[in-house]
Amino acid sequence: MLNGLAVGCIYGLVALGFVLIYKATELVNFAQGDLLMLGAFTCYMFVVWYGVGYWVAFALAVALVALFGAVLDATILRRIIGQPQFSVVMLTIGLGAIFRSFASIAWGSEIYTLPTPFSARATRLAGVAVSHEYVSIIIGTVVLCAVLYAFFTFTRIGLAMQASSQNQLAAYYMGIPVKLMFSLIWAISAGVAAIAGVLLAPVSLIDINLGFIGLKAFAAAVLGGFGSIPGALVGGITIGLIELFSGAYLPQGFKDVAAYVVLLVVLAVRPQGMFGAITRKKV
Amino acid sequence: MADTLLAVANLETYYGPIMAIRGISFAVPERSVVTILGANGAGKSTILKTVSGVMDPQKGTVTFAGREIQGMDPDKVTRLGISHVPEGREVFPFLSVRENLLMGAFTRRDVAGVAEDLELVYSYFPVLRSRAEQRAGSLSGGEQQMLAISRALMARPRMMLLDEPSLGLSPRLVKEIFEIIARINRERGVTVLLVEQNANMALHIADYGYVLEVGRIVMEDTCPRLLEKEDIKEFYLGMKESGVRGTRRWKRKKTWR
Ligand SMILES: Nc1ncnc2c1ncn2[C@@H]1O[C@H](COP(=O)(O)OP(=O)(O)O)[C@@H](O)[C@H]1O
Ligand SMILES: [Mg+2]
Repeated sequence: MLNGLAVGCIYGLVALGFVLIYKATELVNFAQGDLLMLGAFTCYMFVVWYGVGYWVAFALAVALVALFGAVLDATILRRIIGQPQFSVVMLTIGLGAIFRSFASIAWGSEIYTLPTPFSARATRLAGVAVSHEYVSIIIGTVVLCAVLYAFFTFTRIGLAMQASSQNQLAAYYMGIPVKLMFSLIWAISAGVAAIAGVLLAPVSLIDINLGFIGLKAFAAAVLGGFGSIPGALVGGITIGLIELFSGAYLPQGFKDVAAYVVLLVVLAVRPQGMFGAITRKKV
Repeated sequence: MADTLLAVANLETYYGPIMAIRGISFAVPERSVVTILGANGAGKSTILKTVSGVMDPQKGTVTFAGREIQGMDPDKVTRLGISHVPEGREVFPFLSVRENLLMGAFTRRDVAGVAEDLELVYSYFPVLRSRAEQRAGSLSGGEQQMLAISRALMARPRMMLLDEPSLGLSPRLVKEIFEIIARINRERGVTVLLVEQNANMALHIADYGYVLEVGRIVMEDTCPRLLEKEDIKEFYLGMKESGVRGTRRWKRKKTWR
């Protein structure tokens, strides 16, 4: 149960990145999962190669990947806004492939474990062993969501990002530097993916294909309505739990396809997702 | 007459190969209300977009307070003191009314002044105070127009550009909104450039008017005199053969050229 919830949180966080970028720029960033992989590797590099403390390495990895996201937006992705969705999809898938080969060159294609303060520790709670790694993921997700919620609701810049996403032209009229806001949204999405990567690292080994988790997160985003932030999180947790139960009660192999089955069913039956407030965006 | 705040000279703006503005010149004196009248598609919105920097002109100059601003980014133009109230309100639908207003003040750093102006716009439009926490998308058309005007006012502008504020509103609401525009001009000293199809209302609050037809200015005069002109009466005020305002008929009677 806890495992499913924790893995679901990771899907939810990556899905949140999809949704933030989509709402702002109508781009679907299929490299989201690979940003998660870069986050995990960067943190691993600081901890294991350079002997930096876990928390400092965590912060550095998130900051670097967030910065990378902003640069990616400012240099490459900004140019393809308005192009057909097809070319956007191709571009971001291509970027994901580039990130994977970069990772295999920089860090090698072996499989690594990230030692963390939570590794292999557990507390007995009501007779059940509760592993700290899973708990850390869930707590991390809750804290991160609270921080993001407060940022988007109560700060001037957060509101301006929402405004830029909702009506780009009007945001320009207000004197909001819309392009900068979009780069910041990319930075936040990439940073959240990196946080998810570092949280995930202790329970799932790090390798260059870690980013394929992004496809399951995509299913989560669709399930949540692709455009709803709470939807992304609930979608992620739902997929995590479905995987857990199909792993436990269905024949072997079902666990890995469960997310895609859900994706297909959602697209066929309720394309607007669970939180389907499909509202057409202006401009 | 007061100093000119905004001067536009020989402006040409294109949508791709389509020339929407064909060499336009006009001036807006400080603290005045100037209106540009024109039928649908005449190029009114394009003029305002070019002034506020959303579109760049091919030729010509836009001078604001002695400074050339054509081709400048819209956020810079806003910071210089021009607020644009776009056609069709363009509120932020999922933000609350209060958050929309705060976004209007995005370029400002004086927290106390912003709080003051929030009270000011609530006093102009009390309905916005009662809807303050409601999502802007759930407001009626008239309320959204009030919000759009208030949001522009929150920047504490020297000049406001208003694009068809009467569009789609009942005559009673139009009257109410125009009265407040006149008050904002009088009480706050905000210069107003108003583009409208609703000539009657516009000519009653403006000091000076221009008539625009397919990208060109074809007539200009003080508003009392424009109200007396036969063509204006016929085609914009609907006093004769009401409802016929097609640009082709306009053209056939070239009485002013
Ligand atoms: N996005 C656009 N693309 C191409 N042509 C446009 C666009 N917007 C407006 N136009 C053309 O430019 C001319 C002026 O339009 P506009 O300024 O919106 O007129 P108005 O505001 O007076 O109704 C019209 O002929 C219109 O067809
Ligand atoms: Mg228009």
